[in-house]
Amino acid sequence: MNYELCMNAEQISIKLNNKRIGIAGCGGLGSNCAVALARVGIGALVIVDFDVISVSNLNRQYYFRDQVGMKKTQALRENILRIDPKVNVVEHAIKLTPENIPVLFAGCDVIIEAFDLADQKEMLIETVLSEMPGVPLVVGLGMAGYGMNDTIHCRKADNLYICGDETSEIGPDMPPIAPRVGMVANMQANVVLEILLNGEIAK
Amino acid sequence: MKIVLNNSSEDFTRDVLTVNELLKLKNFTFKMLIIKINGKLIKKAEYESALIREGDEVHVLHLISGG
Repeated sequence: MNYELCMNAEQISIKLNNKRIGIAGCGGLGSNCAVALARVGIGALVIVDFDVISVSNLNRQYYFRDQVGMKKTQALRENILRIDPKVNVVEHAIKLTPENIPVLFAGCDVIIEAFDLADQKEMLIETVLSEMPGVPLVVGLGMAGYGMNDTIHCRKADNLYICGDETSEIGPDMPPIAPRVGMVANMQANVVLEILLNGEIAK
Repeated sequence: MKIVLNNSSEDFTRDVLTVNELLKLKNFTFKMLIIKINGKLIKKAEYESALIREGDEVHVLHLISGG
């Protein structure tokens, strides 16, 4: 971190006020990342997910018991607006495809990959890298299980940022649960701030 | 040749490698990967033809489920 670029909380929120972030998936990564960005003053969030909330999601996703059965995008919008009613939350309760990704995320300063399944991650990363090459993409890879704090890292491959341990695949004995999923989701939000506040985007 | 693979320097006895050869040498057997050479996305269909040469910067991401 470059300490010469440090800002107080108000300066940070002013800088973020005109920024727009696309969030692909509103599960464990997407819901927690969106909330972190809302708390620091992001201007607009484009949240996309076709799914509804189930009880099993509550071990890591930013929803409440009385929201089970609701569309994730609608519930997340509600939760974000309870934190800060000024955030412009654009919700799309549809499935992302190679065709609609460039349309729905047009104008976003950064895109967050927050899917659960590997084949969906692959589809989104390939689409953004080939169809939206100027837009930074922050992906979450590997966060199942518990403990192993120091295996979680962040690395940069050009405009692509990878957060996670890049190793732990989910399985019956490796569930994705709140602490490590939240770590990676917040790490993704932290990367967004670094990109936006350090002026790496000439916009 | 020397290349930079996932941000670390790696030495190979060959002067040129296809993506498939690199994956084999490194034992990267994952089905789902994202590969970039010098910033360019390499699609699956190009794994046999895309070449890696001295000084290239290569990124290989293993796509694992969870989120």
